[in-house]
Amino acid sequence: MMKRDQCFRILARHIKDEAVVSTYSSAVDWVEINPRPLNYLSIGAMGLDSSHGLGLALGRPDKRVIVLQGDGSLLMNLGSLVTIAALAPKNLVHFVAQNDSYEANGSQPIPNPKVDFAGIARGAGYAACYDFSDLKNFEQQIAHLLEQEGPVFATLRVEPSKPLKYDYRSLYDPEKRQAFKTAFASRT
Amino acid sequence: MDALAEGVAANARELHGAGIIAAIKASGIQYILAVPDIVTSSGLLAPIACDKDFRLVRVCKEDECIGIASGLSYSDKRALILIQYTGFLDSLNAIRGIAVEYKQPICMMVGLLGHDPEVAPRASPRYGVRIIEPICDDMGLAHHLISVDADVGKIQPAIERAYHESEPVALLIGRRPKPSSRTSP
Repeated sequence: MMKRDQCFRILARHIKDEAVVSTYSSAVDWVEINPRPLNYLSIGAMGLDSSHGLGLALGRPDKRVIVLQGDGSLLMNLGSLVTIAALAPKNLVHFVAQNDSYEANGSQPIPNPKVDFAGIARGAGYAACYDFSDLKNFEQQIAHLLEQEGPVFATLRVEPSKPLKYDYRSLYDPEKRQAFKTAFASRT
Repeated sequence: MDALAEGVAANARELHGAGIIAAIKASGIQYILAVPDIVTSSGLLAPIACDKDFRLVRVCKEDECIGIASGLSYSDKRALILIQYTGFLDSLNAIRGIAVEYKQPICMMVGLLGHDPEVAPRASPRYGVRIIEPICDDMGLAHHLISVDADVGKIQPAIERAYHESEPVALLIGRRPKPSSRTSP
């Protein structure tokens, strides 16, 4: 089993000018590992991170958009897989960190830990789907995964992490949204 | 009332989809994000689906629209969400969190299913319709009732304001817009 922050550290080594959408626990880890203006924090309406990512990807087809979603979050917006697959944005890469729990809400279990998100995404019509539970395998395939035409989906099977510190004032900070807007609008 | 006066009065109580669509275009809307709504299905969604000036995004559930419209706004792409009031109610947390608290330019066109256009929505015998405007008021969400052709002039200023001020707006469709003869089945 992998750890989410290990996966994100590997991912961070491959990130250049991509927009990265993250939410709740994924956002806490990602922002600590890779603080940058092109981080889009999807806080306030759990589940919509994949939809935010779709909107960003449609608006800037020249720019790659990466979504870092949690399993509890995706379960609240499973239909977005169908919507994304139908629109087929080539520039969208969609990760779900599956730790089988609503980590930000007391680490209560999701309804069915056996759920196969990559299988659902495949059935919805994503261009490519992966399911990683081995860190070395993830590390070997990440560069290829990020270069593929999307929409690409990847499950990261991870352990529940240690209790995280959720700094909601920082996660909600409107200045971060403005900084993202400026960075996302840049064509350089 | 003579026949001419009756005709004028009847026309004054009509709402034509073509006029609404022209107002949406004049507002710079490129994306229509929609879940089918029987109030607007034939008069708006059907012709929009055939209109090359729009990119229609059909979603599975209404709250997806809030996230997509928010994402699009970061590249200055204008979107209009076309849904039924039931979907509006289902999306209230997304509207609260993203549209209102984050001050995002989320523009919604909401069909008032079952509404009698001769009655004010607040006085509707239908509970679901009756609560929409008070909910908008309590949330600080600007709203406008579009029930007759004379109301169509409210659309463009409302959308322009939403994008200029970065704030949400709800355009409540109080009557089934008539399809134009070219698009009616």
